[in-house]
Amino acid sequence: MAENERLARLLLTSEIEAFFYEEADLLDLRRYSEWLELLHDDIHYWVPMLRNVKYGSHEQYEETPTKGGISWIDEGLTTLTQRVQQIETGIHWAEEPLSRISHLVTNLRVSKVEGGWEKPTAVDTRCRFLIYRNRVETETDFFVGKREDSLVRQGDNWKIIKRKVILDQNVLTAKNLTFFF
Amino acid sequence: MTKQNGGKDPGYFLDLEEGVVGRELFVSEELYEREQEQVFARAWLLIGHESLIPKKGDFFVSRMGEESVLLTRDRKDKIHVFLNSCPHRGMKICRYDEGNSKVLECPYHGWGFSLDGRLAAVPHQKAYMDVLDTEKWGLTEVAKLANYKGSIWATWDPEAPEFADYMGEALLHLDTVLDSRDGSEGGSIVLPGIQKCIVPSNWKFGAENFVGDIYHNHSHASVDMVGIGPSGKGRRDDEEMMTANKTIMRCWNMPMGHGGISSLQLDDYPYAPVYRDYPEIDAWFKECYELRQERLGKKARLLGAVGTIFPNMSYHGTQPRSMFVWHPHGPNHMEFWRFYLVDKDTPDSVKDVLRHYYMRYSGPAGLTEQDDLENWNYATAASRGVIARRRPYNYQLGMGLRTRQEGIPGDVCERLMTEDNQRNLYKTWDRFMQGQSWTDITS
Ligand code: FES
Ligand SMILES: [Fe+2]
Repeated sequence: MAENERLARLLLTSEIEAFFYEEADLLDLRRYSEWLELLHDDIHYWVPMLRNVKYGSHEQYEETPTKGGISWIDEGLTTLTQRVQQIETGIHWAEEPLSRISHLVTNLRVSKVEGGWEKPTAVDTRCRFLIYRNRVETETDFFVGKREDSLVRQGDNWKIIKRKVILDQNVLTAKNLTFFF
Repeated sequence: MTKQNGGKDPGYFLDLEEGVVGRELFVSEELYEREQEQVFARAWLLIGHESLIPKKGDFFVSRMGEESVLLTRDRKDKIHVFLNSCPHRGMKICRYDEGNSKVLECPYHGWGFSLDGRLAAVPHQKAYMDVLDTEKWGLTEVAKLANYKGSIWATWDPEAPEFADYMGEALLHLDTVLDSRDGSEGGSIVLPGIQKCIVPSNWKFGAENFVGDIYHNHSHASVDMVGIGPSGKGRRDDEEMMTANKTIMRCWNMPMGHGGISSLQLDDYPYAPVYRDYPEIDAWFKECYELRQERLGKKARLLGAVGTIFPNMSYHGTQPRSMFVWHPHGPNHMEFWRFYLVDKDTPDSVKDVLRHYYMRYSGPAGLTEQDDLENWNYATAASRGVIARRRPYNYQLGMGLRTRQEGIPGDVCERLMTEDNQRNLYKTWDRFMQGQSWTDITS
């Protein structure tokens, strides 16, 4: 691999990393409307459920399907915006008072690039997340899993056009999912 | 002290004539244990739906009370429900959520069971030297099973009344969930993906909420403001479905503890648009509505909105159409399972709109349900203390307004805002908890 391509890879990976860190900050600082601006109008935001199935059929059946099936969450920008609006009513009891949330994003890999490493127009990424939620007095949840994101370049900015969240749970150990992954 | 108990102390406080219910019902370890024996080992419970096991050899793991059970379809196409614990030495036989197999093989010592429950294979069988009678060591099967329009129910109690008798006319309300939108009988299927989550709440909070609680609309103000309904406002198309003054909504209940909210058109009237954000979907519903009117005549006027079938099954009849179960999971927790339904022949475009709507409304990520789960969580938590337990809950809303309404099966309350259904639910609960005979419970 040529020296300049290696450099371009490094720069791009660190650019995407910075983007995800900033995103996590916006969420954890509850700057939700600014967070919404990072999303593409056509975003597909999907959190399938994971089923216990026999080895060999897991690739096909472990995840619940987005086509014709039920997931934890499977939606676009309209519903995501409504989630933000609901929190901002101040009477959304599941987030009132607000939970304290920290997103840890790690193991980032750019798995696919369109338009070349130097002037990419779109990228696919994989990473791990750990989300800590603490609310009211001592209520505490940890959510750990994998995230597959697709970003596209719009002018000077990246926009998230696909987010698939593999939450490593079967029966959800939390009572609800009121936060953003 | 309970009034139905002739003064004998049952270990809990219940005065339904006063409309008050002791907090120990929702927090006590001892009552919880007794519920497993008296309620969940006796009552009819929802297991799932036949569409979860469409083919011979299919199985689906469900629950009855705290215990794991297997819903299977054997090679003769017969449906069974078994306890998911090995008769040999207890291993949980199946730890998959679903699958297909000729034999269910226990991971521990390898006993194999066919899907009709028979013990079909015993490794090293000779070592038993003819002592083991394989006929006697099959899976533990439920005492009775019923398939009602595709929904599968079972009870462990051989003395239990038949399902149809246990349900009575509550079936007419439940039909809204299970019949096709065009009014033809049955025809519903469960969408793949069963939502399951653990909520730090006593299971009865779910049951008593869905038995009919218009009063708690208060808690959903935030979602009404945001407007997630299929016509761009509120939560559901209630207004649209109840246009003008030709439709009334009432809480109904049955002596067996079942109850719900249903709507009744007082007259026939033309289709009122629903799903107005999606014209194509609206057209499909219009067609179904008209077919339903034609097919059912006057009977088409009744629609079930929500309800609870005693003890722990609840449903949403129209929007967002689903059946769910509040499985007990210790006194302070429940495991909440939700099955979402559509008509088998729903066009893909309609199905897609429906499933998106179901998910944004319901379940742990649903904008509506999140707030319910939060309230039940902290109601349970705040009722645990010694001082808290000295004060019973108040269920005095709509006392003494019981009446009948032609076209709505069951007793109804004159006013929509009532806790008559909750009082009725606890009356049945009390009878079960006292270990009354089925004759007494059903009288
Ligand atoms: S416990 Fe199942 S075979 Fe022994
Ligand atoms: Fe509710």
